[in-house]
Amino acid sequence: MSHALILPILLPLLTGAGLLLLYRTPTGLQRLVGIASTAGLTLLGLWGLHAAGTGDHHLYHVGDWPAPFGIVLILDRLAAIMLTLTAVLGLCCLLYASRGIDRGGAHFHALFQFQLAGLNGAFLTGDLFNLFVFFEILLIASYALLLHGGGRARSRAGLHYVIINLVGSALFLIALGTLYGLTGTLNMADLALRVAAAPSADAPLLSAASMVLLVVFGIKAAILPLLFWLPRAYSASSAPVAALFAIMTKVGVYAILRVFLLVFGLGENPVNATAWEWLWPLALLTLALGGIGVLGSDSLRTLTAYLVILSVGTLLATISFVTPATLGAALLYLIHSTSMAAVFFLLADLLGQQRERGYDRFSVVAPMGHRWLLGSVFFVAAIAMVGLPPFSGFVSKVWILQATTFQPRGLWLWGVLLAAALLTLIAVSRTGSSWFWRPGSLAEPRTLDRGCLALVCLMVALNGALAAMGEPVMRYLELTAEQLLTPHAYIAAMLPEGIHLDREVAP
Amino acid sequence: MELLYAITLGILTTCGVYLLLRARTFTVILGLTLLSHAVNLYLFASGRLATGAPAIIGLTEHPADPLPQALVLTAIVIGFAMTAFVVVLALKAAVELRNDHVDGEDPDEDRS
Repeated sequence: MSHALILPILLPLLTGAGLLLLYRTPTGLQRLVGIASTAGLTLLGLWGLHAAGTGDHHLYHVGDWPAPFGIVLILDRLAAIMLTLTAVLGLCCLLYASRGIDRGGAHFHALFQFQLAGLNGAFLTGDLFNLFVFFEILLIASYALLLHGGGRARSRAGLHYVIINLVGSALFLIALGTLYGLTGTLNMADLALRVAAAPSADAPLLSAASMVLLVVFGIKAAILPLLFWLPRAYSASSAPVAALFAIMTKVGVYAILRVFLLVFGLGENPVNATAWEWLWPLALLTLALGGIGVLGSDSLRTLTAYLVILSVGTLLATISFVTPATLGAALLYLIHSTSMAAVFFLLADLLGQQRERGYDRFSVVAPMGHRWLLGSVFFVAAIAMVGLPPFSGFVSKVWILQATTFQPRGLWLWGVLLAAALLTLIAVSRTGSSWFWRPGSLAEPRTLDRGCLALVCLMVALNGALAAMGEPVMRYLELTAEQLLTPHAYIAAMLPEGIHLDREVAP
Repeated sequence: MELLYAITLGILTTCGVYLLLRARTFTVILGLTLLSHAVNLYLFASGRLATGAPAIIGLTEHPADPLPQALVLTAIVIGFAMTAFVVVLALKAAVELRNDHVDGEDPDEDRS
């Protein structure tokens, strides 16, 4: 058994704890330690992609307790993709923050590492209660990161964000209590078998537990009735934090995929059928609301926050078809939308600093420094974001449209998705024309942070590279989707032969 | 015992949800605390209620299920930390925004 599998959790956790002790040392050293740890995570993520690429499930039994009694970490293709995405995104955000924003408050680097530890743990764990624990770790780190830098707007947004997530945690525990009371296990593979074999009298309660879990993950992912905390929270936080939060909604999407495809996906009448029925209209409405919100935003940060909502709507609407092709397309869109939302949060800060007044608000007309350079970068980034060729947004959207062509509900998705894309295009081009096509000279010239600009360009280039390497990437994602839709392989890997066959169901 | 337990849970949850929907941060935090108490008790009950049954095999014929007790312990620790955090955050917000309204602004302010 390789111990490398627990490193994505242990490395940031220990680094974060070490950084707490090092808080009196110069910021340079703290940055170095944080960046080294995150770079290590990127390497671990790439190793994970390679190891999971064989199609096997890699297990790590914590404390060497056998499943289903102990906690098991499990690495499959989906987990590896999420780990790598988190690490690369985290590295970019940390480098951006190291250009000065990390000095805005105490313990930025330690909190950042704890956040990464929570995210990685949530992607790796194979135990439902452990998922709850890692959710709490990533949430409490995110509460503190959201408040980083201080200010009234952050306190106000933070209060909403913290309270709705605490309610979410309470609901999560209620669902876990119900599931444990009915089945007597919390290991995801074991739970899947027992839910499938549960007597029909338990079906309503199981269905209720699954819907409570959907609400919990819906709060994290920001599905329609549960998303009103998001625009304010994301637009109030500092740029690198908001960019990192682009992955936070995707944790909710990941949890929906994992739990509803595995735990509630077996048996003759799978429990997850109700969830998909609810998810489809809600996701479509989320998508529509995201499009309208993008057009109606009053600042670039709010616009980006609505882009996050739009991407969640697109993802969940595509996922709710539950076919291998739609899942693969959704995963490519997940990678694309996460990276581009992060780019736009960073860009909003970069452009805002160059404007004479008003930061990133649309209502203020102000001259901007370095108009040509920043205008070109914004233009390319906007093309990538909206999903025009040659970037991966285009590939992923075409794949989504192709995969849903012959589905009965496909036309709805086509209509709403393309309309939302048009609204995004209008909103982004309006921003570009009002900010860059207005010549004017600054009262005093501003210095442009070339490092930050290069970082944003690099992230856009990575997005382009994803499209350039389309074939191997899409092949990998197709295999991931197939793996997700064969939960029996996951269960066979998790539970040793024979154990799950001869035990009676439910206490 | 089950009936008493269920009624207690119901009352706690009702009061918690009611307080959670109030407009001032202090009552909202009280509501969260009551709700988390109810949830902890609920988790505890998921291992079935039994009296005089320690969670050790061999002492009694039907030992209690130790897992919900461990889960509740974890949930209590996490809930405690979160409550402490949200209290400090509410105080910070109340000082910075000069009122303790959940939206950061008092809707009756302009009228008076």
